[in-house]
Amino acid sequence: MSVVSDPIEDPRRALRAARLGEFRVFVRRFLRNPLGVVGFAIVVLLVLVAIFAPLLATHDPYLPSLGKRLSAPSAEFWFGADELGRDIYSRLVYGSRLTLFIVGLVIVTSAPIGLIIGAVSGTVGGWTDRIFMRITDVFLAVPKLLLALAFVAALGPGIVNAALAITLTAWPPYARLARAEAMVVRNSDYVAAARLAGASPFRIIVFHVIPMCLSSVIVRVTFDMAGIILTAAGLGFIGLGAQPPLPEWGAMISTGRRFIFDQWWVPTIPGIAIFVVSLGFNLLGDAVRDLLDPHLRQRR
Amino acid sequence: MTSRALRIATGVGSWLVTVAITLVGLAALTFFIGRVIPIDPALKIVGDKATHEAYQKVFLELGLDQPLYVQFWRYIAGILRGDFGISFQTTRPVLQDLLTFFPATLELSTIGLVLGVVLGVPMGVASAYWHEKWPDHLIRVVSLVGYSVPVFWLSLVGLFVFYYKLGWVAGPGQLDVFYNGVVTRVTGFILVDSLLGGQTDVFWNAVGHMTLPAILLGYYSLAYIARMTRSVMLDELSREYILAARLKGASELRVVANHALRNAAIPLVTIIALSYGGLLEGSVLVETIFSWPGIGNYIYQSLFAADMNAVLGGTLLVGAVYVLINTLSDVLYRTLDPRSRGQRT
Repeated sequence: MSVVSDPIEDPRRALRAARLGEFRVFVRRFLRNPLGVVGFAIVVLLVLVAIFAPLLATHDPYLPSLGKRLSAPSAEFWFGADELGRDIYSRLVYGSRLTLFIVGLVIVTSAPIGLIIGAVSGTVGGWTDRIFMRITDVFLAVPKLLLALAFVAALGPGIVNAALAITLTAWPPYARLARAEAMVVRNSDYVAAARLAGASPFRIIVFHVIPMCLSSVIVRVTFDMAGIILTAAGLGFIGLGAQPPLPEWGAMISTGRRFIFDQWWVPTIPGIAIFVVSLGFNLLGDAVRDLLDPHLRQRR
Repeated sequence: MTSRALRIATGVGSWLVTVAITLVGLAALTFFIGRVIPIDPALKIVGDKATHEAYQKVFLELGLDQPLYVQFWRYIAGILRGDFGISFQTTRPVLQDLLTFFPATLELSTIGLVLGVVLGVPMGVASAYWHEKWPDHLIRVVSLVGYSVPVFWLSLVGLFVFYYKLGWVAGPGQLDVFYNGVVTRVTGFILVDSLLGGQTDVFWNAVGHMTLPAILLGYYSLAYIARMTRSVMLDELSREYILAARLKGASELRVVANHALRNAAIPLVTIIALSYGGLLEGSVLVETIFSWPGIGNYIYQSLFAADMNAVLGGTLLVGAVYVLINTLSDVLYRTLDPRSRGQRT
């Protein structure tokens, strides 16, 4: 075993080097888009805040101190205090965890559902395809927020139910996308080879079709995250998402809205947080799409 | 000629079938949400302290002893008769409530859409024309902010700044309190009704109340329309026929307006229709802030009264309108695009 091996003689190494090179090009092109970098920074910041919430918070986010209720922003309460005298800054910091939790839960449920339905539909074709796509169309045709609203209303409010309701409305675009990719892959030579080698349809879908659909679904997911955050905040605002005393940002606006005229910071500051985070995800999504969309790449 | 007529007939037929299937699917969704998820609707009505007899009576009245497909059939038949059940909150038939509240929503979101189109399309065109120059960057930021901001929060802040601090617009509600009930209801659209009655003071009062929510909804749709217009126009402007037109000496205005925009108009129809659907939905959140007597506020109030008939009726109505708008845009698309004429639908 030599330490330095010739890339030509060691194909695995060559492949790794090629991938690394591709990744470097990708990073360099990404860095050329300043807005995308800003978006990426916001998202990274959100994740860091969520991880280190106990270190960053200056107060207990749940501990009321009624004597200081509705205090204005000051050295003690950086963003003021809410109607129970809880520190809004600390609640925002802890709320980042809830935001990430909802987004994460929606994505890990909706993307696989859409991926599987789309891949099966595109690969198998025929009546399965027709039925699946009809169902997808129905879900696409229904206004998302309203469907989520009705669903949570029936299930009962709560952060998990809100995420499930958003999932119910979020999977159809992934199914459409995966189906389109699967229909191309289905006719490719290597799938025919696998079929000739006796691979079962299940094996073909899981090992040969789904991996090919992954990248476009992932791009679409980065693109959808801002929308998920806004819908979740909307549900929280209506009172169907996270329940008090959880410091969910939308719910914070909802409980703070009656103070808008006299203590404007109570509902305003959580809204800024939602806005910044959703802006970050939008910028990141735009940048990723610009990088990966072949149409746009040609035009450059 | 007959083959052409036949083709159009089958086209329209298959299109009608698609719409019908989508609407039935929508009804199935609301049926599922309303009847299957809460494990026992009868228990919800009588409460858990009711006697067994009372429970049995309600259970049979609701037809819950029937198999699910019979229940679903009855549900569909009820909807077709216009029977959405009774709203527990207003104690009136849900359909009557919906007809009362829907015009206000339609009026608000239509004005929002007009604002969005009138401003959003030119912004998108300008953005594409000056691609990667400062107008493009400016417009992109404006629309990026528009689709990143939570619309309910922007409504609150707008109310605080423009109503409370500056006093430029009127506050929540559709009219000032002392104007309530003075307008004879003809169409349900407050602007139209007040003019029909010759009450110009009411009309201007309503305009004052409508300004802020309409501008907010307009901004919300502008963000989407400008962004999509930009990408469609970018696509068209990079085509070869544009180069050909320029080489022939066509003026820039002519190139953009007559050549590129006319081709972009076809996808734009779909985009505008989609954003209309989005506005109907976005109005749910905005209406709750502005105490707007529309369908969004109705659904919101019903949610808290646990009034599922009203919630599902409202969802069904907005969903059906949404589906119809989408199909209508599909039809328009086909009529506008010469390539799809005479083709298999």
